[in-house]
Amino acid sequence: MMSFPFNVAGQERLGRAIEGHPREIVDVDGVVIPVYDFEGFKPMLASHEEVTYVINFWATWCRPCVEEMPHFIQVSREMKHENVRFLYVSLDFRKNLEKGVVPFIRTRGIEDQVVMLNDPDANSWIGQVDAEWSGAIPATLIFRGNKREFHEKMLTYDELKSIVQSFLKQ
Amino acid sequence: MMSMIGGSAIAGDGGYQVGDKASGFKLKNVDGTWVSLDDYKDAKGFIVIFTCNHCPYAKAYEDRIIALDRKYARAGYPVIAINPNDAVSYPEDSYENMQKRAKEKGFTFPYLFDEEQVVYPVYGATRTPHVFILSKSGSGMTVEYIGAIDDNYEDASKVSARYVEDAVDALMNGRKPEVTITKAIGCSIKAKKS
Repeated sequence: MMSFPFNVAGQERLGRAIEGHPREIVDVDGVVIPVYDFEGFKPMLASHEEVTYVINFWATWCRPCVEEMPHFIQVSREMKHENVRFLYVSLDFRKNLEKGVVPFIRTRGIEDQVVMLNDPDANSWIGQVDAEWSGAIPATLIFRGNKREFHEKMLTYDELKSIVQSFLKQ
Repeated sequence: MMSMIGGSAIAGDGGYQVGDKASGFKLKNVDGTWVSLDDYKDAKGFIVIFTCNHCPYAKAYEDRIIALDRKYARAGYPVIAINPNDAVSYPEDSYENMQKRAKEKGFTFPYLFDEEQVVYPVYGATRTPHVFILSKSGSGMTVEYIGAIDDNYEDASKVSARYVEDAVDALMNGRKPEVTITKAIGCSIKAKKS
């Protein structure tokens, strides 16, 4: 297991620079997961005029989260050539990262970036993700430029696809 | 069988705000009896907690919930735990499993089953665990606090903000809680599939 900041190989595998300010970067045989507290994670919520971000809040123990994930994986594959970026933010307990989250990513063949948000003082940051969010998962935040939607529910394939398409149309 | 007393079962407004009058209810406890808040003649209020068996967040709080009842029941603010989940999709949250869990952990408080799923929508509970602290007065039950138990689900020894304790301590001293609403990550409540 390699660790930040000398994880050049990890960054190469990610295919992109590590954004925000992770507290640690966990690399388990090629599955690279940055771990953030909320302050370090916040830069990843910055919007961009051209890119549509789909940020899914989930955990391995959350059944509806796991049930909707294939929809996200499928939509992401279908939109590979569009300017959309999918990000999965795991809210698993930190101790479950290597033994639970990493194997889950491998089994599911998740290719998009997965990060862990490990900041137990959730009351201080839930409202910063979305003022209406109660904290229940699954929840998905989608934004591009000034357009923003927050869905505190499990999304079907059709719902997700049509939401993302509505962002791409602009 | 369940019943709602003095309230509607329609959750169109999204549940209670702090300051609202809270509806009573009568739900089945793990010991087979039916429990209503009216049964508690000496209570000054209640720590109502929507919680369940299966959710890791709820499990992480079980010992702390037991500690809250130990600290506040005799002072007049007992814990009332309610499982709001659909046991068909989540058999771990079935009535029988609730009975097992209550026995294993030695729950000292009622662990009620919102089997018809009519109580949690009226309260506006969205996740487990989700706390609603009520105060009792001549005019009924008032919602005084809604939200999380404390600020660290992962490690009880690292808690710095004890939201529920602070709120009940304030009420016991004739004051309103300073912090009345907090949010927490939790498992969404599992509604029955129609």
